[in-house]
Amino acid sequence: MTWVSNNLDLIVSLTVAHLRQSALPIILGLLLALPLGWLAFRFRRARGPILVSSGLLYTVPSLALFAILPPLLGISFLSIANLIIALTIYAVAIMVRSVADALGSIDPDVRSAAVAMGYRPWRSFWSVELPLAGPVILAGLRVAAVSTISLATVGVLIGAENLGYLFTNGLQRRIVPEVLAGVVAVMVIALVIDLVLVIAGRMLMPWAPRRPDRKSKAERAMAS
Amino acid sequence: MIEFESVTKRYANGPDAVHDFSLTIPARKTTVLVGSSGSGKTTLLRMINRMVEPTSGVITIDGEDVRDKEAVKLRRSIGYVMQSAGLIPHHRVIDNIATVPVLNGVPRKQAREAAIALLDVVGLDRTLAQRYPSQLSGGQQQRVGVARGLAADPNILLMDEPFGAVDPIVRAELQREILRLQRDLEKTIVFVTHDIDEAFLLGDQVVILETGARIAQVGSPSQIMDNPANEFVASFIGANNGKRALSTKATESGTVLVDAQGRTQGRLVEEGP
Repeated sequence: MTWVSNNLDLIVSLTVAHLRQSALPIILGLLLALPLGWLAFRFRRARGPILVSSGLLYTVPSLALFAILPPLLGISFLSIANLIIALTIYAVAIMVRSVADALGSIDPDVRSAAVAMGYRPWRSFWSVELPLAGPVILAGLRVAAVSTISLATVGVLIGAENLGYLFTNGLQRRIVPEVLAGVVAVMVIALVIDLVLVIAGRMLMPWAPRRPDRKSKAERAMAS
Repeated sequence: MIEFESVTKRYANGPDAVHDFSLTIPARKTTVLVGSSGSGKTTLLRMINRMVEPTSGVITIDGEDVRDKEAVKLRRSIGYVMQSAGLIPHHRVIDNIATVPVLNGVPRKQAREAAIALLDVVGLDRTLAQRYPSQLSGGQQQRVGVARGLAADPNILLMDEPFGAVDPIVRAELQREILRLQRDLEKTIVFVTHDIDEAFLLGDQVVILETGARIAQVGSPSQIMDNPANEFVASFIGANNGKRALSTKATESGTVLVDAQGRTQGRLVEEGP
């Protein structure tokens, strides 16, 4: 444990760097997954290709992706950009399906009520459909966030300075507390970010059920 | 006044959902379209506000073809109340009611004040204004649905089985409420139901529909009960075997009326109203 107390500065600075490197892919992933998920939901023909290819992307090993991206995009192998883009791809792959499912999970009655009230499609999407899809999208976002934070450690192999450094350095120098410190730090950030997302969700969607067991229509009718 | 002129709706590879349908719906009266599922009654209703476009034929409101108006604007000018209320789950009650005025550009504050007043009209407590729909009972949700339909003060109110998902006691209460509202407001109401009792209770004009929205009979409830047009109508309204098939029975204190099950339903008095 002396290693940890002697190297707190290092752990803190790596943690900050780690957060910075993870946040961007999570946000970019969500922004890209929204239109893709919408396309998959809206157009039946697009659904298969989009969902299958995003599912396949997720199965590409990260090391392979780090090797493929630089020649494709003309970026350096040893660059933060390489890591951020690869992590973004994984985040998109996770969230596209959530977004498509989320939009598909909206009660058709609510959708047709919006039409009957005279919502225009664009406004209906932003003020009715997207908020209602929110809880399911949030569930996907939480998975993507935790997975990105954990996956980011691989970035140390392509020169990114983050908590992954504690693994490689700890292994090479056989300092077990260093490796453990890395594991704990990654878990703590993942849990903290997850908690932040849950709280943000509650604040943005106070109307959403706390657990996804919505009452069925029959139950609602009985309760009247 | 709403007029259907030879309206047909055909979906790909199926029989006509609505076949050559013509009907005049008088202004400021309640017209009830009643039929089993597959009778095209909801399709008819949704053609009035262009949620469904007819394959052929013309629908006019006060002589104007509905297709001459932009669909979105047309919908905002017509109240719509649907089954299981169809409230927007993430909008509070007050904002659900204010939906159409806000879409029409009424300032939100003003629309909310009007919405509060509408809670009174539909018999809901003002304290419910800040709740979300899921925090209300089915009957309360349906009242909010009616208030939302009335919020832009439309001349026409379309009601698609609005009380189909609530229990019988609440349904009876809501039906009384609609009769009361209609006495005060005199809207042109087009009401869809599969419940003939509800149709006879609420309708000034009742339209009985067979498959493909073929009209079996149009008339006031009394006209239909006095003279069912055919066997289909007679059986649909239960004229020969249900609770409307009344026969007389002599008792010591006078003549009573009994239904097909032999239960006494009323007493025969000399002069009708």
